[in-house]
Amino acid sequence: MGAESSPKIVIVDESPIRAAILQEGLREAGYTEVVHISEMQSLLARIYALDPDIIVIDLENPSRDSLEQMFQVSRAVRRPIAMFVDQSDSASIQASVDAGVSAYIVDGLKKERIKPILDLCVSRFNAFARLQDELDRTKHALEERKVIDRAKGILMKLKGLTEEEAYVLMRSTAMREKKKIGEIAQSILTASELLK
Amino acid sequence: MSTPLHIGFIPLVDAAPLIIAVDKGFAAEEGLDVTLVREVSWSNVRDKLNIGLFDAAHLLAPVAIASSLGIGHLKVPIAAPFNLGINGNAITVSPALHAAIMAELDGERFNPMATAGALARVVASRRRRGAAPLTFAMTFPFSTHNYQLRFWMAAGGVDPDEDVRLVVLPPPFMAETIASGQIDGFCVGAPWNSVAVDRGDGYILHFVSDILVRAAEKVLAVRQGWAETNAEVVAALVRAASRAADFVEQNRKESAQILAKPERIGVDAEVIQRTLDGRLKISPDGTMRESGRYRPVSREKRERPEPVQAAWLYAQMARWGQISVSAEALTAATEVFRPDIYDAALGRKAATESALEPFGAFAGPAFDPADVSGYLASFAVARRAPQAGLRLIKN
Repeated sequence: MGAESSPKIVIVDESPIRAAILQEGLREAGYTEVVHISEMQSLLARIYALDPDIIVIDLENPSRDSLEQMFQVSRAVRRPIAMFVDQSDSASIQASVDAGVSAYIVDGLKKERIKPILDLCVSRFNAFARLQDELDRTKHALEERKVIDRAKGILMKLKGLTEEEAYVLMRSTAMREKKKIGEIAQSILTASELLK
Repeated sequence: MSTPLHIGFIPLVDAAPLIIAVDKGFAAEEGLDVTLVREVSWSNVRDKLNIGLFDAAHLLAPVAIASSLGIGHLKVPIAAPFNLGINGNAITVSPALHAAIMAELDGERFNPMATAGALARVVASRRRRGAAPLTFAMTFPFSTHNYQLRFWMAAGGVDPDEDVRLVVLPPPFMAETIASGQIDGFCVGAPWNSVAVDRGDGYILHFVSDILVRAAEKVLAVRQGWAETNAEVVAALVRAASRAADFVEQNRKESAQILAKPERIGVDAEVIQRTLDGRLKISPDGTMRESGRYRPVSREKRERPEPVQAAWLYAQMARWGQISVSAEALTAATEVFRPDIYDAALGRKAATESALEPFGAFAGPAFDPADVSGYLASFAVARRAPQAGLRLIKN
């Protein structure tokens, strides 16, 4: 590998969205040779064929142990591979495990070339986790909205209330019982189901 | 106030002393508030223990040693005060390989020297035919499974690095991978051999107790520094695990039901109980085999981590080129096993007789930790020098 050329990076991740986020980040930062492997069946064969300088893998991937074996069987790869075992840099290892990502580096790659790539992986993994959280929250809010609307409908029908009155009734009950309005709405749905 | 602890484990029967200690409340009675975290890879367990996300872990004994020696990954000294398992591994082969070995077998079928010889003939005949080399899976480069598989085939003259392919798979993936035809055999702990047999995709060729009567398997692992500053917590954990191991021995049915839960091992209780009873279905036709030596969970004296066991594992690492032989490394390896913590936690006097119990290896000379080089020189098949690939990055 020439000093000027971009290192070849392989992303091993079964989540296509997270891999895309990472791939995009790496490309923006000027790393042009980035390949994503999502299929674990022939993982090692593909890695041998691609002969990457850096392998990035998510920590929930069970193939991690198989990858570690690669570093033991050096005859199988063109160049000896070593893991990123810089004892002095425990903070960045901690950050990567916290973010849920691990990286393996081909022997010979300079530390100053590795560090920005690892930092980028960590920040993109964290960004993905935040995105996932946000998605979950939005989904939850949408579902709650639906429950509240259905409960409102039931109250309007049973008690002859307007939409506004039905909502106020649920909200005041929630406040009195120190519960969320979604929980009150859910109890109304459950009760009406039972009383059918 | 109870002490909160996070403990990582891999879904295997030898995690039982930890799982039962938590689920039966023995840990809570010792003042420990343990959260068990099921992990997908040994690499994760090792890394999370090393950086302190886990306080303790269910760990392969050789990983604890490798971590302390700094081979393969970061150097983090580990203390192992308790043997979680001793003898629950088995070697399973595909129906096709089983038939091929049986056709070549010259001797008793549970005699590992006879099966290793048969394997050598199968390997030779495949080579003559130009067939692809056989592929065997084990669980980690630094695993008992790796060393046990190698010990067995090398005794028959099969070079595990030249004559076959050895690959790593996480335990829960063994059964489906042998079914898909990608591997011809594997060595793994309970209950994953039984799972492959039940699906009709494998034959249990050997209990590893045929190969070695006694070898340390999984340990309770803690960081050495943490063990020093949390001595009381470690002692409490050892007591809870010891009580749980006794419970498993006396209540196998209930234990199997607890272990079977999806968030623990997630395999049928009946399959798990077979392994606890040491009575396993070894072939898809229903043939059963029982052995008092097959023991996935430690009990009695077996719980005590004997340093000679660590020395033997270190010798295996040296035999297969993962590390070179040195007096310093040998000492560091043996110091990972901490019978002193075990004895103190349980108020026992140092029992030396169990340390003298032989390994019961079917091949090679008796192991002498004082002469590792002499021991290793007696094996025809070995890698002498460390292989490349373990070097550190040059900064």
